[in-house]
Amino acid sequence: MLMRTLNSLAAGLIALVLAAPILVVAGVSVNEKKSLIFPPQGFSLAWYAEVFTDPGWRGALITSLVVATLSAALAVLIAFPLAWFLWRWRAPWARAFEVLGMTPFILPPVITALGFLSFWAAVGEYGSPWTVVVSHAVFFVTLPLVTLSLGFGAVDRSYVEAAATMGADDRTVLRTVVMPLVRPYVISGFAFAFVLSLNEYIVAYMVVGFTLETLPIKIFNALRYGYTPTMAAVTVLFVSLTALVFGLIAWFGDLPRLLGAWAKND
Amino acid sequence: MIRRAPRGLAEHAPILFPALMLVVFFVIPFSLMIAVSVFRRVPGGFYEPDLVFANYERFLTAFFGGVMSFSLGLAALVAVLSVGIAFPFTYRLVKLPRGAQIRWLVFLLSILSLSEVIIGFAWSTLLSRTAGITNLFVALGLMAEPQSLSPSFGALLAGLVYQAFPYTVLVLYPALARLDPYLEEAARTLGSSPLRAFFTVVVPGLRNTIVATTIMVFVFALGSYLLPQLLGRPQHWTLSVLITDQAIYQSNMPFAAAMAVFLVLVSLALVGLALLAGRREETA
Repeated sequence: MLMRTLNSLAAGLIALVLAAPILVVAGVSVNEKKSLIFPPQGFSLAWYAEVFTDPGWRGALITSLVVATLSAALAVLIAFPLAWFLWRWRAPWARAFEVLGMTPFILPPVITALGFLSFWAAVGEYGSPWTVVVSHAVFFVTLPLVTLSLGFGAVDRSYVEAAATMGADDRTVLRTVVMPLVRPYVISGFAFAFVLSLNEYIVAYMVVGFTLETLPIKIFNALRYGYTPTMAAVTVLFVSLTALVFGLIAWFGDLPRLLGAWAKND
Repeated sequence: MIRRAPRGLAEHAPILFPALMLVVFFVIPFSLMIAVSVFRRVPGGFYEPDLVFANYERFLTAFFGGVMSFSLGLAALVAVLSVGIAFPFTYRLVKLPRGAQIRWLVFLLSILSLSEVIIGFAWSTLLSRTAGITNLFVALGLMAEPQSLSPSFGALLAGLVYQAFPYTVLVLYPALARLDPYLEEAARTLGSSPLRAFFTVVVPGLRNTIVATTIMVFVFALGSYLLPQLLGRPQHWTLSVLITDQAIYQSNMPFAAAMAVFLVLVSLALVGLALLAGRREETA
């Protein structure tokens, strides 16, 4: 009994510490005057409005959303055929590409960022807005690769046998049998890559830092001129969006399984 | 469907695009960075092809040695603290009902994917004089007047552990979720207390997982590049910060690349060690 109380207390304390910085930021974001005071003085949503009305903040928000959408889509386009190929054929050599896809995610991000910087400078595209889309797609290809490998692994091969016996070729099997089964994994892979691209700073900064302002770059640049409630409002919006995306993944997919726990009936 | 080796161009075609993308946009940039690390710096922010090791010789300076040992020490401290808190936490987490588990996972994933910019901003607000935690201490009568706790080493450590904690939980989660619950039950049936069962059955049984996780968190903490700038003082700058600084602000790409190559070697060696430790447990 005592043990259980202590456990709940510890869990509650951890939840509180994890939430504390976000709660304080949410508090200062509703200050009436342009100051970061907690508890907030007065109540105003003007700083949230400013995120959407101020051209600088709105531009950064739109840039981030466009970059995240395109790069997550490209990441899925790279990961899908690779994961399918590894599942469909017996080709041990192709595992090398899987390892390549996992590497950027494990190494410290500054390394990948520096690699991209040298590459884009060498091919003369340093600073071009589209380079950040390609860079993020390769940097985050790990996520759809992992979810899709799980997804293909979960496909019951006897369905495929049945379809093939009845005369379906590879393409038909993929379209009518495999695709519907792996669709949740495609969506969650896209969502993971989308959220991480939205929050990514160092690769974006090294690749297009001087020509394009994503939201994290904009926040960092603004920090140098002092803290404002607008940043707090942006932060709250970002945290909410992130939590919303993961909430949706959990709602439509099997989150514990995606994160590596075996399903109960495995 | 027979799973055999692919034959001919048509069967290989699907892998062409991913293979091309990964080679062109990862292998080549990576190799280029290694090449740049032996190039010669030309004043004015450029470099030209050469084969010099001057960039690596700078590793022998006391300044670099100081930054290096601080980075490694800090990452080790963060890894030990994170695993120390996250292991018992995850152990409880996997026993929660599915609904509660999923709510925790969504919460942890949300924090994990937060930009370092946002974590740094949130923590410096939490530790600031006007909005910070010290106001609460004053209200409780623990302190005379509010003060700023950031930048400082403590603030940096708090921010790094905050960032690493969700990562640690998610690395530990699969291993603990698959842990055979009967082991602990057996220990309990034989009369040991929950705490004793945890320390004599669960922890030793997962020793390699704990080692592997600690190494992974160590590498993760090595990668932090913004928190030292936002929550620490200049003497708390880590190798990742130094690399960014040399590449962007000092325009010394060759030296930045040489440090990056060094960081890659350290990280890869550690990840290899972690994989080895993890594998041994699977076969055991």
